Amino acid sequence: MGFEFVSLSLPPLVIGVCVAIACAVPGNFLLLRRQALIGDAISHVVLPGIVLAFVVAGSLSSVAMMIGAAVAAVFSMVAIELIRRFGRIEPGAAMGVVFTTMFAAGVLLLEQSDTDGVHLDVEHALFGNLEGLIWFDALGWASLLDPVALAGLPVELPRMFAVLVIIVVFTVVYWRPLAVMSFDEGFAQALGLRTQALGMMLVILSALAAVAAFDAVGSIIVIAMFICPPAAARLLTNQLGRQVWLSALLAAISAIIGYVLAGYGLGWLGYGASVSAAGMIATVSGVILAIAAVCGPHRRRVS
Amino acid sequence: MLLDALLFQLGYNAALVMIGAGLLGLAAGMAGTFLFLRKRALVSDAISHATLPGIAVAFIVMEAFGGDGRSLAGLLIGAICASALGLAAVTYLGNRTRLSEDAAIGAVLSVFFGFGIVLLTVIQAFGYGRQSGLEGFLLGSTAGMLRSDATLIAVSAALTCAIVLLMRRPLTVAAFDPGFARVSGQRPDWAEAVLMAVVLAVTVVGLKVVGLILIVALLIIPPVAARFWSDQSTHVLWISSIIGGLAGYFGAALSAIAPDLPTGPIIVLCAFGLFLVSFLFAPERGVLASVLRHFRFRRDVHMRQGLLALAQGHPIFEDLTLKLLIRAGFASADGVPTDTGRARAAKALRDEARWREVRGDPAFERAAARYDGLTDLSDVLTEDQLREVDARIGPPVGAA
Repeated sequence: MGFEFVSLSLPPLVIGVCVAIACAVPGNFLLLRRQALIGDAISHVVLPGIVLAFVVAGSLSSVAMMIGAAVAAVFSMVAIELIRRFGRIEPGAAMGVVFTTMFAAGVLLLEQSDTDGVHLDVEHALFGNLEGLIWFDALGWASLLDPVALAGLPVELPRMFAVLVIIVVFTVVYWRPLAVMSFDEGFAQALGLRTQALGMMLVILSALAAVAAFDAVGSIIVIAMFICPPAAARLLTNQLGRQVWLSALLAAISAIIGYVLAGYGLGWLGYGASVSAAGMIATVSGVILAIAAVCGPHRRRVS
Repeated sequence: MLLDALLFQLGYNAALVMIGAGLLGLAAGMAGTFLFLRKRALVSDAISHATLPGIAVAFIVMEAFGGDGRSLAGLLIGAICASALGLAAVTYLGNRTRLSEDAAIGAVLSVFFGFGIVLLTVIQAFGYGRQSGLEGFLLGSTAGMLRSDATLIAVSAALTCAIVLLMRRPLTVAAFDPGFARVSGQRPDWAEAVLMAVVLAVTVVGLKVVGLILIVALLIIPPVAARFWSDQSTHVLWISSIIGGLAGYFGAALSAIAPDLPTGPIIVLCAFGLFLVSFLFAPERGVLASVLRHFRFRRDVHMRQGLLALAQGHPIFEDLTLKLLIRAGFASADGVPTDTGRARAAKALRDEARWREVRGDPAFERAAARYDGLTDLSDVLTEDQLREVDARIGPPVGAA
């Protein structure tokens, strides 16, 4: 349990929990504002940006990744606006055109960019590689206190942790406006809150979480992290504060159970292999949502 | 090489796949139009992602019973079951709980996909490795397809196409006006069910060709592109299906000469290429048409204002106005009006005076609403009405 766990399982486990919470917290507000699919949209759009950044920079450094993703996101926004204006087409359909095309372009770019580093392939982009984020320098629990070993932590861990901190700070600082805006945008505007700026901020932070999580869970499974824990929490409580806490808790539980099941589940059945951790986390969060949907105390619409 | 592919010179299988992809695109373009009208395109995204665990389970079951896990028919049956389950889950979450439909779509899409990925890794763990070929269902792969698979795809695509064609009337009515459909004795809820069944069929048939991640593009892009060409639903329907068909056909042909690349993204980019053509060159709504319209409008405004200025003897400082007047022969290079220019200017001034009178009289309210500073009043009123207006404002200035 000592050395092996710290080196192989602890980093992905911590990263998984960070990803799950970092996505679930903004997910609450997206869900209430009926923007749940924004996470889906973002994760599709940023793919070509991330791939281009990878091709140009030669590695998946945080800065290059964020810049590539931001460029792709801005590009897509301009494209959507153009299509909407000229074709007088509803935004949903315009978004559908741009997102699917950009995702297709990203996939083809990925196939074309012959990367010998085997760091980024298509499967990786679709469902991540959480179990691949291991800590080579760890020698046991003592390494947690050893600065030399700590320097060898997978770069995704501090990155994800930083994103999580940013999101939590944002949520705490803007708690009141966020809460008011999520339930009654008109009232929030009447109070003088800048709801557009705040809504934009929320989307940007979600994008930040989605991009940072790209390595770990890819661009499709991350949608489960945005939607499932908040949706389940919404069916369990009527109070926003409790809902956010609960969603973070459910996210962490899904991440831990999912990771453990993926890593050791087949082993318990007598087979010495592991399955996709990101997929398992999504599955567990789906099961939690299903339970909440069937017997959550507040599952019904108030009519 | 591409020409060979387009002309079916790359072998019987490739030809079958291309025809199948074309028919699939045709059916998808049509079904997509109804989804577009009903604004439910994203439901198909949930359906398509939900097929993955079905495919994996079907593979495992078929292998477990000693059969060939790669049998396409079996895999597709698994896909149908799983996607029906996914659709039911979306409906349950959207209708029976207080979650909105888009949250339900996102949740089902990602969870089913995640579970499918888990099953794929289980299959790998049991030693089938990459040979299972199930990864091909993610993004489509048509390279090295079996004869039987190609036939299956072509035939089922043709069937789907036929069903949409037969059902297009009730589907159109239900999409535009469910209330009217109900009172005219049709069942809009049935039409909805048929539409979902067709979308499911398109998704499942498209699994091997386009792949489950991008099949939604074939349902979204063609109708949006077709929308640029026409405002009439039947025209949009046909144009959309043609665009979808061309995208499928060209995409499959391109993919036949680039077997290393997944087919789905290529088809999607072909569809986007056709969309781009529509976006740029469609009459009326296209970018080119809009730009031309803008320039024509600007020219008309400058011309009119220039003529009015000439008529009143004002100097013209605006370069573009002057240039237009000179080019039309209404003014000489120093801005002095020519004889034709003077005549046209007087006419414009007269028109403006008539408009002023019309706009001041409530009896001409309807006509006055069409005032935009460009239209000739003689285009709006009849001869008698014009004479009446002229009688009120008297003879043209300078003519007396």
